[in-house]
Amino acid sequence: MTKDILIAGFGGQGVLFAGKALAKMAMNSEYEVTWLPSYGPEMRGGAANCSVIISDDVIGSPLVPAPDILIAMNRPSFDKFEPRIKPGGMLFADSSMIDAASSRTDIDAFYIPASRMASENGLSRFANVIMLGFMIAKTSLFDYYEFLSDLVYEITRDDIAAGNHRALSLGYNYQEK
Amino acid sequence: MAKVLMKGNEAIAEAAIEAGCKYYFGYPITPQTEISEYMAKRMPDEGGLCLQAESEIAAINMLLGASASGTRAMTSSSSPGISLKSEGVSYLVGCDLPAVIVNVQRGGPGLGGIQPSQADYYQATKAYGHGDMHLPVLAPSTVQEMATLTCEAFDIADIYRTPVIILADGAVGQMMEPVNIAECRSREVPPKTWAACGHGGRRRHNIINSLLMDPEELERTVLARFERYREIEKNELAFAEYMVDDADIIVVAFGIAARICRTAVDAVRAKGIKAGLLRPITLWPFPSSRILFHSETAKAFLSVELSMGQMVTDVKLACECRRPVEFFGRTGGVIPEPGDVAAKLTAMAKELGCETR
Repeated sequence: MTKDILIAGFGGQGVLFAGKALAKMAMNSEYEVTWLPSYGPEMRGGAANCSVIISDDVIGSPLVPAPDILIAMNRPSFDKFEPRIKPGGMLFADSSMIDAASSRTDIDAFYIPASRMASENGLSRFANVIMLGFMIAKTSLFDYYEFLSDLVYEITRDDIAAGNHRALSLGYNYQEK
Repeated sequence: MAKVLMKGNEAIAEAAIEAGCKYYFGYPITPQTEISEYMAKRMPDEGGLCLQAESEIAAINMLLGASASGTRAMTSSSSPGISLKSEGVSYLVGCDLPAVIVNVQRGGPGLGGIQPSQADYYQATKAYGHGDMHLPVLAPSTVQEMATLTCEAFDIADIYRTPVIILADGAVGQMMEPVNIAECRSREVPPKTWAACGHGGRRRHNIINSLLMDPEELERTVLARFERYREIEKNELAFAEYMVDDADIIVVAFGIAARICRTAVDAVRAKGIKAGLLRPITLWPFPSSRILFHSETAKAFLSVELSMGQMVTDVKLACECRRPVEFFGRTGGVIPEPGDVAAKLTAMAKELGCETR
């Protein structure tokens, strides 16, 4: 099993953190894992993305030119990376930031208004974690409760643990209309 | 100790502390600033010192002073900053001082860019300073190796009294992977009887100096140093191989390029092309003898680098014109994708008339 994951959005949306949470969970689950960020000016407001590879075998290249899973958190990321998703792959899009839908029939596309849900619930910095919860619900990569405990108790600072907990739960329990 | 998820830059810093580095002198530059950041956080707890110097030149000369006192010390930078240090590196060699110098390479020349590069290969392996000299150069390819090779670098530096270069790149520096610092090994190193440190008047004072006005004396000193270089070539050569035994084409690549090539080798093997990978871990000494050995059976070599082609000259020298040596690379901070390398290998296999399935 090897999953190539790409998480992309604006700098400040927490795409690097979302990738780090996935990488940490993968490490705790005894997978091989790599996390490769875009770095430099991107981190200060431009486009930001990170590539995460999770595998049960040694990982060579850490690049993700064509993802199995794309988490897109803004329109430029959707436009740039949606065409690169491997056939049979999955798209998770923040529909409050992306006013478009995939026309591809060879991928599974899922939409969630993560940024709007975040601001409506007083979780304005947690849209990234809502996206993670949504992705975990739709894939069988990780167990929700294990991920929750990893995210809340191991990765994040105490003062944002409750926010992460609520955000992950919101994303996990979201029903697409 | 359990595995932890770390950036390559952080792994270098943590491993240096593990190896007993007490002084770190840095000056910020992307993509290696995490080393300084990590040292600034950790060094005070370790009874050490992290100092942000006023420039790269100041940092390398502080490193010289710290090393002369007999302590373990390190500096790090990225390509443009590494050039600034070159005078100090030559002085470290001239003084026979151990030191660890990390270059997390970015695109050049000039200020260049900030994305990953391997274009400082010539500088690191051929002439990172004036004068008759070599430097051991270690090239990590994983975040774990960023840690283990840092510990190795401190030991090699102390055993042979030489600066050691860790030649990394922006990709391995910025990426995170699980690391186990406990996998770092340490060797027995000789006591530093030469150090210019306090001794309470119990012995003659030691002098550390690189100025030798008498040509005969300077020649003797250089010859003695080259004796140690022969020992390094004999004892410290390191490389890793992947599927080379039956390979028609052997890819030679180090650092991040080697990882991309490993994926490319898997891809073309699935199509029946017998490719393999030889990854130098030490760039000096270079695994020339191993390449010559493989030239008996392999039909061709391919050097893959994040540059316009530098190591390729060493591969050509190593196989003594017995086999064609080709080059593939991208430069300026562009990372070639495994598919690009696989396409090059496929074209080579066709040209060589290699059998495929």
